[in-house]
Amino acid sequence: MKHRITGIIIGLMICALPGSSYSESKIPQAGDEFPSISLALSETSISREYLGVTGSKLFKISDIKADAVIIQIFSMYCPHCQKEAPNVNRLFEKLSQHPDLKDKIKLIGIGTGNSAYEVAVFQKKYQIQFPLFEDPDFTIHNRVGEARTPYFFGVKSDGAKKTKVFFSKLGGFDDPERFLNEIASLSGIKKGGAK
Amino acid sequence: MRKIIRVGIVGLVILAWGSPGFGLSDVFKDTVFNPGILKPVDSVLKVKAGDPAPEFELPSLSGKPVSLSRFKGVKNVVISFVPAAWTPVCSDQWPGYNISKELFEEHDAVLLGITTDNIPTLYSWTKQMGDLWFPVLSDFWPHGAVADRFGVLRSDGTADRAVIIIDKNQVIRYIHVSDINRRPDLGLLMQELEKLDKK
Repeated sequence: MKHRITGIIIGLMICALPGSSYSESKIPQAGDEFPSISLALSETSISREYLGVTGSKLFKISDIKADAVIIQIFSMYCPHCQKEAPNVNRLFEKLSQHPDLKDKIKLIGIGTGNSAYEVAVFQKKYQIQFPLFEDPDFTIHNRVGEARTPYFFGVKSDGAKKTKVFFSKLGGFDDPERFLNEIASLSGIKKGGAK
Repeated sequence: MRKIIRVGIVGLVILAWGSPGFGLSDVFKDTVFNPGILKPVDSVLKVKAGDPAPEFELPSLSGKPVSLSRFKGVKNVVISFVPAAWTPVCSDQWPGYNISKELFEEHDAVLLGITTDNIPTLYSWTKQMGDLWFPVLSDFWPHGAVADRFGVLRSDGTADRAVIIIDKNQVIRYIHVSDINRRPDLGLLMQELEKLDKK
């Protein structure tokens, strides 16, 4: 009996250790490894073609066919995200029209605490053309250190199926072009930014 | 010794469970009070689906009182009780409803947001959410009287997190008291409103 109790305590202590999916982890910063998260493609999703993802329904950030990925953590319930939505749309427009960057940098959004229905409401309300994914039970939210919304990560693959953060910032951005320049520069895709 | 082990296990379970995911908007900065994990539901319903809805009139942010009966024969009514201003989950619930006006209108429904906070508090808090299209009502005095009539008043004077759908005949059609620590899914609310359309 004593062994069993000791085992339970040790097990729970492991769960409580930093890095566990059950514990509060820190928000990944530039240079950190981005947590391995799974995203689900919907059947009718335009995401498959844009992201270049093949195979099963679930995929990881490292599966996205791009040199770098901008990940927006948002919520349809977040007033700041609502206000920022048109600006993020402009960022996507600029990115999509940029001949050198459109295939190298991809943009996705993850609706923290949002169901598929709620993500769809946000997508429709703001006519969002880039892929959005749900995170109804806050699984991803917990993995990224419970970042407040909106939060932007810039990540890139290190070539070994691992994803590294090169940009990590809370809040929106004023100028989509400047933001894209910063991402292009920090990712190392374009020296001196997107011109 | 056994007691110490038991207490230790409970403590570790809490640690392992971590804090609930609030997904708080940056718009509130550090102004929101975090009450931690609360007892999920701390009230006992006094009404049920099929009952006539208890009439009430409450002061609103606009300055004019709002009564339930003004919507009789005109609109379905969705009441959203939320526990308290300046708390994490509540601060990120109504802003979502604020971009969903068309969805409520599709079902010929109005939304009434109610807390047991006073008007000045509600004013300051909802200012962070932008302009809300729906009336925000204060059930502050007599404290929590309307929440109590529905049976959603918690023992600490806040309201439980509840959604109540009342049809145009002012009959209660749906009640959902959710875990106070979690935001209810908007999709489920809309599913229930769709059922009203079919009646």
